[in-house]
Amino acid sequence: MIRDITIGQYYPAKSILHRLDPRVKIVCTLLFLVSLFLQKSILGYAIAAVFLSAVIHLSKVPFKYIVKGLKPIIMLLMITVLFNLFLTRGGEVLFHKWIFTVTELGLSTAVFMAIRLTFLIIGSSLMTFTTTPNALTDGIEKLLHPLNKVKVPVHEIAMMMSIALRFIPILLEETDKIMKAQIARGADLESGNIIQKAKAMIPILVPLFVSAFRRANDLAMAMESRCYRGGDGRTKMKPLVYRSRDRIAYLVTIIYVILIFVVGRFVPFHIWIF
Amino acid sequence: MSIKAEHLNYIYSPGTAYEKQALKDVSFEILQGQFVGIIGHTGSGKSTLIQHLNGLTLATSGSLFYEGKNIYDEGCDMKALRSQVGLVFQYPEHQLFEVDVLTDVCFGPKNQGLTPDECEKRAKEALELVGFPEKYYKQSPFDLSGGQKRRVAIAGVLAMQPKVLVLDEPTAGLDPKGRDEILDQVAYLQKETGMTVILVSHSMEDIAKYVNRIMVMNHGEKLYDGTPKEVFAHYKELESVGLAAPQVTYIMNALADRKIEVKTDAITIEEAADEIMRSFHD
Repeated sequence: MIRDITIGQYYPAKSILHRLDPRVKIVCTLLFLVSLFLQKSILGYAIAAVFLSAVIHLSKVPFKYIVKGLKPIIMLLMITVLFNLFLTRGGEVLFHKWIFTVTELGLSTAVFMAIRLTFLIIGSSLMTFTTTPNALTDGIEKLLHPLNKVKVPVHEIAMMMSIALRFIPILLEETDKIMKAQIARGADLESGNIIQKAKAMIPILVPLFVSAFRRANDLAMAMESRCYRGGDGRTKMKPLVYRSRDRIAYLVTIIYVILIFVVGRFVPFHIWIF
Repeated sequence: MSIKAEHLNYIYSPGTAYEKQALKDVSFEILQGQFVGIIGHTGSGKSTLIQHLNGLTLATSGSLFYEGKNIYDEGCDMKALRSQVGLVFQYPEHQLFEVDVLTDVCFGPKNQGLTPDECEKRAKEALELVGFPEKYYKQSPFDLSGGQKRRVAIAGVLAMQPKVLVLDEPTAGLDPKGRDEILDQVAYLQKETGMTVILVSHSMEDIAKYVNRIMVMNHGEKLYDGTPKEVFAHYKELESVGLAAPQVTYIMNALADRKIEVKTDAITIEEAADEIMRSFHD
């Protein structure tokens, strides 16, 4: 049941995207996210859509799997769209009834917001689908490395992140197991009002917290017994090195961003409206 | 009064890279009062199989009958099923959560809708059955030793007075004394109450000593199903799927290979000793 949450998880496959240097994927994802906010025309979004679908195709992650990851944020998406739709005023009034007014600007903002958020989430989840948590934190550590000079504990931050990421599936599995065990003892997690439901969570949350602390303790012990003492003087078994495919990926992304920028600059906002 | 499975199939995460067929066409019937052992390699589908028995995991295809009723039929009362088929998970002590032992054991009966008095009565009975000392009833379950926690957790399921008790490796991580005590109590319960017991275990010695029927799982399929003597006669095949027979089976076979007249079907140390003595006297 709870295993079905796919957002932020790694999806094993053999693709060019999986092999890319994590730094490339982090930087390119950020560039892609920024690019979504550089322009507001239908043409720009079409370009973004083409770029995104090409990347999805390259990643070999099934589209169905990606869409499944969107499910948990549908509520958030709906709220954003509705607020934008009814609260943004400007342009021609398209619809008016009682306190609800839909304007041209409201409609376009709502549609764009929906597209933007969807692209944003698909784009960033593609990064986590194709990058193992370890590679991801390696990449972040390397990218943030210059901050070491201003006494930012980059290695420690990266280590904390990788531990946190590593524990997500473990705790999900644990939750699943505890839920099953309590259901087997007759716990009712579904029916009742919100207070009863919250109360029904106690038999799950208490063992979950206990187990999280136990695991944290075990991990700390295991790290200490292997003489872990933080980042000073620590070397990597597999240092990150850029290869030609990484350079190509940077190049493609930069061309895409320039294209989007040009479109955003020179194609007027109204081009999409009827 | 039985559990009957027909052609159960179960697939994890279908349609993704994690897709895995955990059960392949598994059929069996377990009669009331049987003491059944399920053995199998890690990942052979044992734990998945037993989660089907009380409807926690629903089969991808196939049917499962409890007392003649298909639990996959619409309108089947899963809650009633779960109070009939008690399931003790692996490391059940990880599910303890209440402020004291007695209240924790009361959780199951309380969910069955019993009155507080009745709950407490059942909880005390269950704790007594598993041999948990009364002076610790008001202790926090988190302060107990591993073995005692395990007893409390098993009592938590027993207090629901199930007709079928399913135990998933109840002795994992316990010392030999704790292991024997828990299994002896389970065997005693099975004899006294006529409860069906299904025991999942890695230890061939445990299985040989207690159960009267063994099902062997391998890669999601049922490989063997029979009395311990029948199943352990296949000790060479068992080895090829990563399992083994009890150690005495090997000794008896080694003796027979050296032309000593012993029957090789002894599976417990006592039986083996008797058989060797008999062959000496002859």
